[in-house]
Amino acid sequence: MKRSLVDLPLGQHAEIASIDCERGLSRRLMEMGLLPGTRVRIVRVAPLGDPIELRVRNYSLSLRRAEAAKIAVRPEGAV
Amino acid sequence: MSDDASPQVLIAGNPNCGKSTLFNALSGGSAHVGNYPGVTIDRTTARLQLGSEQIELVDVPGMYSLTASSPEEQLALDALTESNTRAVICVVDATTLERGLYLPLQLIESGVPVVIALNMMDAAARIGVRVDTERLSALFASPVIPVVATKRRGLDALLAALEEQLELRSAVARPEVTYPAELETDLATLAPVIARWRPQTPASQHRVFALWCLLSLGEDSLRGVPDDVRNAVGSIRRAAAERGRNLDLEIVSSRYVWLDHAVAETCSLQGPKPSWSERIDRVLTHPIAGISIFAVVMFGIFEALFAGAEPLIGAIETFTGFMQGQAAAVLPAGVLQDLVVEGIIAGVGNVIVFAPQILMLFLFIGFLEDSGYLARVAFVIDRVMKGVGLHGKAFVPLLSGFACAVPAVMATRTIERRRDRLVTMLALPLMSCSARLPIYILVVGTVFAGQSLGWFSAGAVALFSMYTLSVLVTLAAAAVLRRTVLPGPAPTFILEMPPYRWPSAGILWINAWRRLRVFLVDAGTIILAMTILLWALLSFPKSAEVSEHYARERTQVLRSASSQTTKTEALQALEAREAGEQLAQSLGGRFGHAIEPVLRPIGFDWQIGVGIIGAFAAREVFISTLGVVFGIGEADEENKPLRQALREARHADGSPVMTPLSGVSLMIFFLLACQCMSTIAVVKKESGSWKWPVFLFSYMTVLAYLASLAVYQGGQLLGYS
Repeated sequence: MKRSLVDLPLGQHAEIASIDCERGLSRRLMEMGLLPGTRVRIVRVAPLGDPIELRVRNYSLSLRRAEAAKIAVRPEGAV
Repeated sequence: MSDDASPQVLIAGNPNCGKSTLFNALSGGSAHVGNYPGVTIDRTTARLQLGSEQIELVDVPGMYSLTASSPEEQLALDALTESNTRAVICVVDATTLERGLYLPLQLIESGVPVVIALNMMDAAARIGVRVDTERLSALFASPVIPVVATKRRGLDALLAALEEQLELRSAVARPEVTYPAELETDLATLAPVIARWRPQTPASQHRVFALWCLLSLGEDSLRGVPDDVRNAVGSIRRAAAERGRNLDLEIVSSRYVWLDHAVAETCSLQGPKPSWSERIDRVLTHPIAGISIFAVVMFGIFEALFAGAEPLIGAIETFTGFMQGQAAAVLPAGVLQDLVVEGIIAGVGNVIVFAPQILMLFLFIGFLEDSGYLARVAFVIDRVMKGVGLHGKAFVPLLSGFACAVPAVMATRTIERRRDRLVTMLALPLMSCSARLPIYILVVGTVFAGQSLGWFSAGAVALFSMYTLSVLVTLAAAAVLRRTVLPGPAPTFILEMPPYRWPSAGILWINAWRRLRVFLVDAGTIILAMTILLWALLSFPKSAEVSEHYARERTQVLRSASSQTTKTEALQALEAREAGEQLAQSLGGRFGHAIEPVLRPIGFDWQIGVGIIGAFAAREVFISTLGVVFGIGEADEENKPLRQALREARHADGSPVMTPLSGVSLMIFFLLACQCMSTIAVVKKESGSWKWPVFLFSYMTVLAYLASLAVYQGGQLLGYS
């Protein structure tokens, strides 16, 4: 089951399925280690609701919901 | 530069990896700040004695990869391929190895000798990261040296390894990332094209360049890439896309497959972020506590810049005044004395007066950045900034604009993309800075004294409105600039949130001092020149007629029988009136007269026109220029005679010049106009061309004029005066 990263409940681990945004952005995310198969989870939402903070490859990265919506994930434990 | 023979060693790394700390530790703080050609990014270098050789250490801006799509990103590769580049020290934060090793892998692939400095080993050990550096070194075919830059640990080993790398002249063994066979075919197709583009590059590196081109080219603004390379890359990418291949993904994921393998083999990672950092974040990004703390911190910075810098600024102004007095006493009266006193010393004073605020702001920003809180500031406020097309990091510069646009423009350096920086830089001079306040006070005291609007004094309402208006106009200007002059995709917000760390006072100081020094030299020269120019404009030509007239009056006073005190007072009054008349005769004065027809529709007369010209030196100079114009002598915003003179000033038809309506018009004009040569100078320095400051001055002046026109004419139509 594929879902967008923004729909992932806070704290739930998931695996990135694909990144479908504009080339510069997806290249940047990939070079920062967000690739299909990489484990990721949302650790925090900014006080005003956007951006969100991810935990990936043992570091923290924040991005806006609009961008996170373009990252498809497979929640762990889901079939 | 390749023509410069001295060998150089680059020091590269991700943002927040402690690269600058290591650079400072190695260079002992003795660095030279220059500019990369064509881009306004600092090129910080230092000389370093290594064995028998003297090398130049170059601090390359923080980056996650060599891939580039803009000239700013391209400079890393340019520096790497300069012929005198002998090696790279790649700094890696040992707590984020799973991502941090991507950059050194890319550097090593490019064929240049690399030393990996595994920084923050102490922090890594605390969270349970253990690294087999020998094994890692073997896999990367490069020395891996554990260091703690803040405590200067491991530096000797690092330099020894670097010396060894410099002696290696022959090709070194390199780690081989396995790329898909189809990609290898593409690389082989591209290699001959690369060979034609870069004939000096050894054949072994054509493949690496091909990789870089495939990943970087397309939708880019890179310089110096020939069309046949672009075309070749374009056709390879199109063919790949037709077959459903994603070349970017193929390249990057092949590298990460290799890296994940290497990390798994050499490092034991326990994983969780240090819990205290997590706990701090829980508070600092909490909906209520987080925003409250954010407000307190921002208010603290604002207060320090606004009020805290005041005594220092006052001291500098007193000192400048003292030096002017000394010079006036030593030099004979005349043009030379005036040039030294009102041109040169005043000009130097106009430059150093910014030092306290620049130092303070950069100490604050350094602290916020190095501690990791700046990333949280951007995280908390980005939602608001996004609405007007700004980056979360634009908040601190904008806020600083309330105190002074000069340090605020310099503070836009924390924003990565040039386009985002420019939008912020061109909008923030609209924030109502502290130099505008004396003008508001003068106008309010002149036209609203003792009046009230309901429960509030009219002056308070006017002041409050000015500050509110400035915020709204700044945000609107940013939104408009983003859509018109600097169109482009909205700033993306991909920001690493580094763990909290305690910054080192020494590093903060070195960095703030470096910023100040660059300002004093680069922007300072322009400010000094403009001060002298303005002085000349408001001093020449001198009217002999006026001088003779006042010489006669003075003789009369001296001959009269009155007491010594009366004589002195009479002479001072004469001097002030003479200065006023001479100013009216000067080029600046005549220009004020000449533009009166333009100023009348917004409610001003020629005297205010001269004040506006003088105010280009700095807004508050408006008041002292008016003091001279009205023949009062020295004046400040609380000056009673000046207020009186303004109230009594009349247009040719006998109507008063300063009415509540023309007062509001004047405040609006100063709120919106770019009446500040120092802002112009610093925008020139930070944007790298005269194009942007000229644009800034033009749009703000037009905006100010139109707004004042609307207020004055609209107000008259509605029956106000």
